[in-house]
Amino acid sequence: MPIQYYIALAACLFCIGVTGVLTRRNAIIIFMCIELMLNAVNLLLVAFSKMNISAGLNKAVVAGAGTDAQLFVFFIMVVAAAEVSVGLAIIVMMYRNIHSVDINFLNRLKN
Amino acid sequence: MSTTEILFWFLSVLALFSAIMVLVSKNPIHSVLWLIVVFFAISGHYLLLNAQFLAIVNIIVYAGAIMVLFLFVVMLMNLNKETEPQRNIWMKFLGVISGGMLLWIFISASRSAGEMIGKTVETNTGDIGLIQNLGKVLFSEYALPFEISSVLFLSAMVGAVVIGKKD
Repeated sequence: MPIQYYIALAACLFCIGVTGVLTRRNAIIIFMCIELMLNAVNLLLVAFSKMNISAGLNKAVVAGAGTDAQLFVFFIMVVAAAEVSVGLAIIVMMYRNIHSVDINFLNRLKN
Repeated sequence: MSTTEILFWFLSVLALFSAIMVLVSKNPIHSVLWLIVVFFAISGHYLLLNAQFLAIVNIIVYAGAIMVLFLFVVMLMNLNKETEPQRNIWMKFLGVISGGMLLWIFISASRSAGEMIGKTVETNTGDIGLIQNLGKVLFSEYALPFEISSVLFLSAMVGAVVIGKKD
């Protein structure tokens, strides 16, 4: 598979996430679109880690290539899970106070 | 057309279609369910790239734990099509235009990148993605970040409890 296809796929998913953040007003859906963007970037990282390595590197480097990128994706997932737990707690508190998940109500935070 | 290519196109179309359905569905519960389909499609891509550990972690953590959390919160708030806040049509139009222009920039930048031309991704080869190989590196070179991430989870748990506590 050419690397360009994976770049295009990840760019499409990322831009769908950006569009969702810009067009929706429900705070939970905005949060889900952020997850979509994180996943697009994860997919691109894994695809880049499997890109064929040019000849001339020694055997040990080639055998270990890709491990670091996949562990990096693993840590991104760990941080995203922690982020979701805190973010949903904040959204639940917001709903408890203003009985809505509309983010336009949040402009009263500036007062 | 080989099996790998057929699977690639099928999973890509499935992921993009479900991602668009996440945006256009009015009911938040439908959005959550379509996002689970996106995560399964991305897990399929990980399997094609021989990142089996990440595919399983993606299904367990994202499609399992995180989306159940989202579904729980949506159902707790009793959100449905009637309570969905609507942004006016011009804001939606401008949002789609902005997203499309960002996509245009990404695509044209990646098309003109000289390093990427002719490079291919190795599918169905290698055993890097197995937990045996990743675990060795994770518990030797990345042992400290692994332990720090456990502290991060503990602090996130404490933070969620503190935020959710009635004062």
